[in-house]
Amino acid sequence: MLTTSSYKKKVRVMAVITIIVALLHHDFWFWNDQTLVMGFMPIGLLYHMLFSIASAVLWATTMKIAWPTHIEEWADEFDGPSASNPAALQGDKK
Amino acid sequence: MNSLVLLAQAPREVSYVPLYVIIAYMGILLAMGYLSSRSFRGTSSDFFTASRSIGPVLLLMSIFGTTMTAFAMIGSTAKSFDLGIGVYGLMASWSGLIHSAIFFLIGIKLWALGKRYGYMTQVQFFRDRYQSNLLGYILFPVLVALVIPYILIGLLGAGAVVRAVTMNMFPETFASTQGAVPQWLSGLVISLVVLYYVFVGGVRGATWANTFQTLVFMVTGVVAFLLIAKGMGGLSEAGKIVAEHSPGHLAREGKVTHTQFFTYLFVPLSVGMFPHLFQHWLTAKSAKTFRLTVVAHPIFIMIVWVPCILIGIWAAGLFASGGLTLPKLPDGSPNANAVLGRMVDHLVHSPLLTGVLIAGVLAAIMSSLDSQFVCLGTMFTTDVVVHMSKKDRFSDKQKLLISRLFIIAIVTITYILSLFPPRHVFDLGVWCFTGFGALFPLVFAAIYWRRVTRAGALACVVMTGASWTVFFIDDIVYKDTSYLGKMDPGTGEYLVLGMMPAAVIFVISAVTLIGVSLLTSPPPKEHVDRFFLPAE
Repeated sequence: MLTTSSYKKKVRVMAVITIIVALLHHDFWFWNDQTLVMGFMPIGLLYHMLFSIASAVLWATTMKIAWPTHIEEWADEFDGPSASNPAALQGDKK
Repeated sequence: MNSLVLLAQAPREVSYVPLYVIIAYMGILLAMGYLSSRSFRGTSSDFFTASRSIGPVLLLMSIFGTTMTAFAMIGSTAKSFDLGIGVYGLMASWSGLIHSAIFFLIGIKLWALGKRYGYMTQVQFFRDRYQSNLLGYILFPVLVALVIPYILIGLLGAGAVVRAVTMNMFPETFASTQGAVPQWLSGLVISLVVLYYVFVGGVRGATWANTFQTLVFMVTGVVAFLLIAKGMGGLSEAGKIVAEHSPGHLAREGKVTHTQFFTYLFVPLSVGMFPHLFQHWLTAKSAKTFRLTVVAHPIFIMIVWVPCILIGIWAAGLFASGGLTLPKLPDGSPNANAVLGRMVDHLVHSPLLTGVLIAGVLAAIMSSLDSQFVCLGTMFTTDVVVHMSKKDRFSDKQKLLISRLFIIAIVTITYILSLFPPRHVFDLGVWCFTGFGALFPLVFAAIYWRRVTRAGALACVVMTGASWTVFFIDDIVYKDTSYLGKMDPGTGEYLVLGMMPAAVIFVISAVTLIGVSLLTSPPPKEHVDRFFLPAE
């Protein structure tokens, strides 16, 4: 639930983990390393392949923990004027 | 190694099979266009948003196909030929993380707002959220001006690939291009095929075609990689060639700077502002439909990019050893954009497979073109013609007709522009992405910051456009004597204070948005509440 403090805490934890993952993108430790893993895979490229996999795991975890549960019901509600009713989209056009 | 040198230089009999495969591929796309037209419900809503009925797999494939273009296959191979493996970290791994973040944080929320309020275009959303008609009129030309170069990247990239693979096929007909199918013809055919299936099926036609195209380019990309590796004598042999002749390509020192590597993260933010991606988000059946896209996107990027990066560095090694010839640019340097086509042509000795692989490259390119054409047609119809007309001025059928006519006009204009190509397709793309990325604060604030104001949004777009123009001119017009930034000698990239221009313009954009918003009166609470879930 969006309103619970535990949900907000989980969101904050995931935000911190995301920042840590983003910082791990900058692998200065492999910057000038020309090692070929298994004879063909540059180690810097292999690291970033693993980073891509970590990104997928990160977002899978985030969606499990911090999914906006009520968003579909909210989307289905009609809340007054819409694009199908152009009056809502006239903005400052008087 | 010597055998590779001989292979690259030996005259080979010209086979027309690759061309036949490309023609067959185009035929399949036309057939898919016909089939999608049979599912078309005949309404503008179905044409623009597929009646919000697209499921997880189709959404994943269409979004992935839309974000991958010549950039991913031609550009990445060309760039890794120039700069080595650092290109993957610059663009691909950053994109995997950031694209998915945007799909989750921005895409799902915009889908919900789109469904709730019936938006069909980004400009509709911004006009409503910021209560500004003027914002729409300013934003519309900016978005269109940024999408058109993106389309050109696709058409030019496709032309380069077709030209490389059809070299010497028509020596008498196309003598000026060494017998290859020229840009004007390949661009014309591709434009017409894409035009057909988006004309008859709208965004649903684009989604179906994208799914097929994404499958084609992912599978053929991996097959190309394996066949090229085999042609080079195996993975280890390919690695040895690079290590021996071009070891710098195995690392980043001297090719990518630390600041550039970090600040590239501002470029993939562009997907948050792509109008064609916004339209694809609206097609989703539900919020849960996004889940597969968010998780699989980084993996899909890896599957497409890693083979291209490896092929690029292998080509650099081969080129340095004299085992690969490339067409030259006017300044005498090798044309990096031809690397993928030449590697396939030189090292994959099956004309049939060569044709399939080239079809894969074209699939990557066309899967973006179609969405962009539909999107621009939708925008012209909805944000200009319908918006400026009285309510109920046009029937649904008339809106459809107007949209289709706009699509034809856009295809024609971009095709003509593609006949006068700029020099380096990838650099053109970076500037296009820079503009979209710099506008990211506009969409993020619209969704997550209640205090953002109409004046802040207007100032943000104006300042972003002005600063983008200044840096763009400084890079392109004053290339040799740039005043604000300078060309990095190692990477050949235009950098400002050592950073990607996208980072600098993003900061200008964000500071303007925040500063002006805080200096102006907040928007009415009851209006802002419409755009936030009750618990937010």
